[in-house]
Amino acid sequence: MILTSLPHISMPLLMGNSLNAWSEALVGFNPMGLPLGLVILAAIPLVFIALYSLTYGVYGERKISAFMQDRLGPMEVGTWGILQTIADILKLLQKEDIVPTSADKFLFVIGPGVLFVGSFLAYAVLPFSSSFIGASLNVGLFFAIGIVAIEVVGILAAGWGSNNKWSLYGAVRSVAQIVSYEIPAAIALLCGAMMAGTLDMQKITMLQSGSYGFAHFYLFQSPIAWLPFLIYFIASLAEVNRAPFDIPEAESELVAGYFTEYTGMKFAVIFLAEYGSMFMVSAIISIVFLGGWNSPLPDIGSFALNAWTNGPVWGVFWIIMKGFFFIFVQMWLRWTLPRLRVDQLMYLCWKVLTPFAFISFVLTAIWVIYVP
Amino acid sequence: MQELERAGMGSVRVTRKGNNVVVLEKDLVTEQMVLAMGPQHPSTHGVLKLECLTDGEVVTHAEPYLGYLHRCFEKCCENVDYPAIVPYTDRLDYLAGMNSEFAYAIAVEKLLDIEIPRRVEFIRVITAELNRIASHLVAIGTYGIDLGAFTPFLFCFRDREIILSLLEWASGARMLYNYIWVGGLAYDVPADFNKRVKEFVDYFRPKAVELYKLLTENEIFVKRTRGIGIMPADVAINYGWSGPMLRGSGVKWDLRRNDPYSVYPELDFAVPVPDGKASDIGDCLSRHLVRALEMEESLKIIEQCIDKMPSSEGFNPRSAVPKRVRPKAGEVYGRAENPRGELGFYIQSDGKSTKPLRCKARSSCFVNLSAMKDLSKGQLIPDLVAIIGSIDIVLGEVDR
Repeated sequence: MILTSLPHISMPLLMGNSLNAWSEALVGFNPMGLPLGLVILAAIPLVFIALYSLTYGVYGERKISAFMQDRLGPMEVGTWGILQTIADILKLLQKEDIVPTSADKFLFVIGPGVLFVGSFLAYAVLPFSSSFIGASLNVGLFFAIGIVAIEVVGILAAGWGSNNKWSLYGAVRSVAQIVSYEIPAAIALLCGAMMAGTLDMQKITMLQSGSYGFAHFYLFQSPIAWLPFLIYFIASLAEVNRAPFDIPEAESELVAGYFTEYTGMKFAVIFLAEYGSMFMVSAIISIVFLGGWNSPLPDIGSFALNAWTNGPVWGVFWIIMKGFFFIFVQMWLRWTLPRLRVDQLMYLCWKVLTPFAFISFVLTAIWVIYVP
Repeated sequence: MQELERAGMGSVRVTRKGNNVVVLEKDLVTEQMVLAMGPQHPSTHGVLKLECLTDGEVVTHAEPYLGYLHRCFEKCCENVDYPAIVPYTDRLDYLAGMNSEFAYAIAVEKLLDIEIPRRVEFIRVITAELNRIASHLVAIGTYGIDLGAFTPFLFCFRDREIILSLLEWASGARMLYNYIWVGGLAYDVPADFNKRVKEFVDYFRPKAVELYKLLTENEIFVKRTRGIGIMPADVAINYGWSGPMLRGSGVKWDLRRNDPYSVYPELDFAVPVPDGKASDIGDCLSRHLVRALEMEESLKIIEQCIDKMPSSEGFNPRSAVPKRVRPKAGEVYGRAENPRGELGFYIQSDGKSTKPLRCKARSSCFVNLSAMKDLSKGQLIPDLVAIIGSIDIVLGEVDR
């Protein structure tokens, strides 16, 4: 049944209702007492993630930066250079995998792995649609916040294990940065969780659905929500080491930070983890503040835009689009802003973002309790 | 061996002699770390090496090591004729070849005491000022990279490319021109050169404003540079600083005004000096500001030169070029305002040879860099990068 359904993928993408019916039928298909359709469809986001990270993340970054800098970007491999990333990966696969003689081999090898796992584990709890979620935990948000902290271990292992002074600087900076920025980030996300009254990401998303589309999103549901939204966005930039907080890898200061010594596929894995984290934080901010997989389009009179554009497959489309939007903003900032200094970064975290996160936490609490 | 190394992370310094391990030092101060910054480091602008003693992120001591790009310029000069030195001067400050040639031509012409056609002077000034803009664009762009802003760099190189193709049109080379000869020029400029230069001036004005808004007025950029690496005027003078570095410290010293040469006295342009409002006088931001504002002054100079330039009728760019340069015995010091400061050539002639007895280049970058030790004391590593960038060194000129 799945096989016969597959040809429909390309055809009915814009035919909302039939598509929904198709995907719901797929989800309901249950021959062995297992939600097989669910299992298969839950794998789609994971396949997508790999594809996204490998192609759109890297390729998009290069093309967007080229667009901002009056360049063309990659143009040689395939039309408009769309195969450039594949060529890059092939190149990286052929590279010699060097472990420096004086490096701590164990730490050096597990560093990228831990980093990769930390960045991709959070995908398990991200609801990509009403039926596509890896693990619908009732503490999903907490899990997502917590699991990112594992990345710190990977970075420290990579930096310390490299036995390189620049790597060490990068690792120490990175740990200080990520640990600090987790506080405002977590408090900002708690504001969203408070409005929902749950930590279950799927439930948070569902609570934001309704026929008025974007008006149900938490960002527009309370007059203070923009503050935690902004705080989380800034803090998430620091958590995934993006400019203007790319201090751990600061190429003009620390050569390449904690991955100075890495080559070949290990380097690619670190790179992949970075792009994975970028999408992860973008998805989290979309879920908590911008309705996740809910369509932002409102129903206008008899045009039931919201109903037409909602459904399991549409959900994937919306959350990916929202994620891409934030990734675009991240890239935009990266190619515009200079880099902050370490102490300025800490100042921003502890003296600006954290107090404002607490303020927004209290205000949201007041809003949730006293204003229905 | 490995056990010893592993046990003594930072506390024991060992070395190998054959198969034996020799313990050099025990119980080192663990807080201090020697960090070799360069010669292959992204922000030392070439092959400068800074050996830093760091305490955490704080640099307690930084020692610049030079010589990785030494090419025996001065010895080479003693073995070739005077006109043949011109291509060597291009390779000193390769970002501002025209200015280096100009300085050398001034020195030799002073020694020969010859009169130069007026049109030659104007063409020299136009090409030198174009090259000054190109050089400042590189300085500003790479400074942006040092501080993590990548896009301004490419904007700068996009505009610099136009200047390079203009100069290539005139001289036939993009960077190493060999265009300003002793006593004249290699060629007259092409017929439409002035028109194209004017087009460039009109094109570049709004782009310079855009660059200023994108980088110089950026909040993070200002935070990273303001109040960093402050050099008081008196110390700067004692170190022998010149050019934008000295003007950044608030000293209004520009050889085009203070020791005028060529047609500069006839031209109307200002010498920008920071007023202490937008920046703290003598800090990295001041030096950056001076460069950013100087580009506008160079545009003004170019415009005036185009208007005042005599026509090319009956003009021979090589009319005053001596057949054989054999100056009378004596010595001369000729200098010019380069984008990076005062570039001077001290030339000694024995009166018999067509080769100089001695030709010493007074390099602005080298002198400016000599203050590095002073400037870097107690700075953070990111600030050290900002300071090196603001000195704007070209290792080709530092090492010669």
